[in-house]
Amino acid sequence: MLNIQNLNAGYGEMPVLRNITITLAEKEIVAVVGSNGAGKSTMLKAISGLIKYTGKITYNNESLHSLPAHTIVQRGIVHVPEGRKIFPEMSVVENLIMGGFLYQKDRKVNMERVFTLFPKLADRRNQLGGTMSGGEQQMLAIGRGLMGNPKLLLLDEPSLGLSPLFTEVVFSAIETINNSGVSVLLVEQNVYQSLKISNRGYVIETGSIVLTGTGEELLNNQDVKKAFLGM
Amino acid sequence: MVSGGKFLQAVHFKGVIMTFFFQSLLSGLLTGGVYALAGIGMSVVFGVMNISNFAHGDLMMLGMYMAYFAFTLLHIDPYLSLLLIIPTAFLFGFLIEKVFIHRIIHHPHQNQILLTIGLGLIMSNTALLAFTSDPKILTTSYSSSAVTIFGGISLSVPLLLSFVITCLITGILFLFLSKTTTGLALWATSQNREAAQLMGINVSKMSAIAFGLGTALAATAGALIAPTYYIHPMAGHTFLLKAFTICVLGGLGSVVGAGVGGVIIGVVESMSSTYLSSDWKDVVVFIIFLGVLLFRPQGLFGKKGEQ
Repeated sequence: MLNIQNLNAGYGEMPVLRNITITLAEKEIVAVVGSNGAGKSTMLKAISGLIKYTGKITYNNESLHSLPAHTIVQRGIVHVPEGRKIFPEMSVVENLIMGGFLYQKDRKVNMERVFTLFPKLADRRNQLGGTMSGGEQQMLAIGRGLMGNPKLLLLDEPSLGLSPLFTEVVFSAIETINNSGVSVLLVEQNVYQSLKISNRGYVIETGSIVLTGTGEELLNNQDVKKAFLGM
Repeated sequence: MVSGGKFLQAVHFKGVIMTFFFQSLLSGLLTGGVYALAGIGMSVVFGVMNISNFAHGDLMMLGMYMAYFAFTLLHIDPYLSLLLIIPTAFLFGFLIEKVFIHRIIHHPHQNQILLTIGLGLIMSNTALLAFTSDPKILTTSYSSSAVTIFGGISLSVPLLLSFVITCLITGILFLFLSKTTTGLALWATSQNREAAQLMGINVSKMSAIAFGLGTALAATAGALIAPTYYIHPMAGHTFLLKAFTICVLGGLGSVVGAGVGGVIIGVVESMSSTYLSSDWKDVVVFIIFLGVLLFRPQGLFGKKGEQ
């Protein structure tokens, strides 16, 4: 479904990603784990067309290179950015409406689906996004992404700064979303939780892929254990 | 008897003072409404595109001329001509964005300022060439008529009409921004451009719409003051400063702030003309401008931490 080959990207003169090669098959959850500053967010930004890059990114055998970001969303690739990036002056419902900007006809059905997945959002439907807690904002950010009828969901650090309770909620939501047929590319620092729910994983270090395998293989890998799990 | 007469005189005197006060307040309010429109236009552009449009005053000047020529050549009432001016100005602004502004949207502020100042200069100097520097006056049958309310306060009919139209347009704009999907998308773009792109919103198109809207609002404000003001090619400069002050006062990018800021500036101008002298009104306005920058740089409705 998604094919990344020899991806190089950076900001100005500074290279951040070096020869990244990643594949993702339909209905898979693939985790890309690594520490802060390893280049995980940069990779997602390249896929969703927010930054320039060299190398090849294809989606269903179609190149995404130099397409404007809004046309990539039209293809079914929805990126839930790091730090939530919800619209702070808009209510929950208005944020969701924006998420469904391209699919106004499906708005009602999709919104009900989001409210079923995150009942808390239904209770707060008129609250301003900017006044919500980090966990609630993350639910809203994922819900907003679902409004865009994703076939492939790019999630950037969905558990960042969340309490263990909210982290549980978010990870079980990701599994539910995946079970409904959406492929997920998950970028995380929470190595244990994300590898546990993933089919396959990649470990990224200072811009390069250093390790790959199934979720289970990586969890049992000595280097991963030492570097990320403190074992 | 003597003291009674003095008492009546005092009451009368007090009455005059009050009439004076309310007269000044209300005319300030009416002019302020039109200023608000100009300020809102600038604020929409700043909010969505993060660009200070220094051609805003000149776009207002073009609106004044459009109203003038619609009246003198086509014999259309200046207020009615808005139906023509608004779509024309929107299209003009939309094209200016597509041809010029979008090239510098990710550039540093100084480049943006140079470009918009340049565009403004071209507009004002073209107007100078085409219409000469002689001020023009748009005189309608009701230009100098006034209505008297509460027994002593007289309000100019054109100003009153302008104010009503301003309220109407502001109301429509608010409904557009808060109820329609395109309006919400504009608003979303102004809150977070990158996130808006991730929603599938074409932010370049939103920029062009925002600039079109800003231009339409500037031209409308220009057309609305045309019947009560001298129309000349350099008229835009005064209004650019006013619109900028209004935006800073209200909080750059805040539409509500610009609305309130416009009314405040209108009232302050009118009050200082009444109680100080009309020479002082700009001084008072800029003292407020500096005061806001010093003590509340984010403006009345701006959020802390914003540029």
